Amino acid sequence: MAKAAKIEVEDGNIVASLQGFFKALLEDGEINALLVPQHLPMKNTVMPTLVTDPEKLNGTDPLAPAFPLNAAKVVSKLTRKPVNGKVAVVLRPCEIRAFIELVKLKQGSMEEVVLVGVDCLGAYSNIHYSRFVGEDSADSTLSFCQNFLEGKGTAFEEFDVSSACKACEYPVPENADLLIGLLGVDINDHLLVKANTPKGTELLDSLGLPATGEPKERKKAIDDLVAERIKYRDQMFKETSEATSNLEKLNFYLADCVNCYNCRVACPVCYCRECVFVTDVFDHEPSQYLRWAEQKGIIKMPTDTVFYHLTRLAHISTACIGCGQCSNACPNNVPVMELFRTIASGTQKAFEYEPGRSLEDEPPLSVFREEEFSELTGGKD
Amino acid sequence: MSDKEPIIVAFVCNWCTFTAADLAGTSRLVYPQNVRLIRMMCTGMVDPKYVIKALLQGADAVLISGCHPGDCHYINGNYKARRRVKLLKEILPRFGFDERRLKLTWIGASEGNEFAEIIKEMVAEVKTLGPSPVKEQMVL
Ligand code: SF4
Ligand code: SF4
Ligand code: FES
Repeated sequence: MAKAAKIEVEDGNIVASLQGFFKALLEDGEINALLVPQHLPMKNTVMPTLVTDPEKLNGTDPLAPAFPLNAAKVVSKLTRKPVNGKVAVVLRPCEIRAFIELVKLKQGSMEEVVLVGVDCLGAYSNIHYSRFVGEDSADSTLSFCQNFLEGKGTAFEEFDVSSACKACEYPVPENADLLIGLLGVDINDHLLVKANTPKGTELLDSLGLPATGEPKERKKAIDDLVAERIKYRDQMFKETSEATSNLEKLNFYLADCVNCYNCRVACPVCYCRECVFVTDVFDHEPSQYLRWAEQKGIIKMPTDTVFYHLTRLAHISTACIGCGQCSNACPNNVPVMELFRTIASGTQKAFEYEPGRSLEDEPPLSVFREEEFSELTGGKD
Repeated sequence: MSDKEPIIVAFVCNWCTFTAADLAGTSRLVYPQNVRLIRMMCTGMVDPKYVIKALLQGADAVLISGCHPGDCHYINGNYKARRRVKLLKEILPRFGFDERRLKLTWIGASEGNEFAEIIKEMVAEVKTLGPSPVKEQMVL
């Protein structure tokens, strides 16, 4: 059913071609607004913007290697209640996967959105991106994409894209309604745009772009990239497992954590409206701290650091889509993403669950069956 | 009780295992005193963080025990508990907590004997594991 067309590219400027494409989408497509990452007019930083005026798309740049936040939460805010209109949202694959998790948790709806996904080449941490972009928004994006697609990698000065991106085995937004492809595509000639669903087809048809097929190089380009990412990922799992294999090591791993809970705020799938760790459940009696201190003669303040991370692992590791925003948000460089993905690989496997794959898959802790896991009670019922 | 004696924190449901524990007591069955019973209305109320907190606070083991499948007074609380135990057994051993430090059982209201037996078995097993890793070090 997939239907593909070309977004033509002039002078190798894929940023400008995409801007033209989004402008046409907002002018001719049956949509009321577009959520898309843009360089802000007042500073060269990239943020999701909600645009209704096609003339206000000049800074649009979803290919910029910037990932300030996981926009799944923004889309959840936009779709919590009906707006009587349609919004096209331009997202990275991991944002789409996180949003699918939120929809399953009834914290968002697919009804009025069209998901536009872009092949993801990775992104720098917020701090590194601001160094990377310098004064030159469009040119920095162009050279990033060109270097990547020519096999020159993504390193810049002494840094590289985030480890979450290096370990991400989902660079292609397969579950988008409309997919914009770069991998294996001759980007000096065109970008690929592919409709995966009836919603996507409807939008694509309204644009009257020249039809094309999927280039035959694309599959291999994707397979190679995924293989490289999986290799990095598995090494990361191995190293992180070793670095946290007992309580002493876990303490060391988390020693720089100051319980700011930024990682939870940044996490798109940390779904509780109010996290128990910031409620008065954790406003312990002052005398309680002294009693705890007396048990071993010493406690670290604030307390409950390991408790917090283990609880968050229990609550959301089955839904972790590996976006790395937890690490991006950490003021103290705690490798949170590495820990969460490593543990998530086990919990997701235990329930044969792949978060963000499909709306049909039920989140493991929202369902249960009469006959399952009887080994936990020694086979006795 | 000496310092060496293991402590087991047991989250038991009011309708089945708590009643069984009560029965074991009134029937004067002998079982080790290592267990600290926490009465819950249903095992479906046992949030994973209760288990994590008990272990991080120095419990040598945690028992969750409720009604047999099909007997839960809230219909399916025990099935939810079972999934959460499955989840915790996937997480905790990664950080060096022996998987045997968390146990799930079904003990009906009339099964005072079973309750006493399970506690005996569990205490013996936990003794072979030695004290919880939490006891020996500061936990952040
Ligand atoms: S735990 Fe970290 S990597 Fe996983 S979804 Fe949340 S923010 Fe992303
Ligand atoms: S963001 Fe970093 S310091 Fe803050 S709670 Fe998370 S791990 Fe700890
Ligand atoms: S009432 Fe006993 S397990 Fe639910």
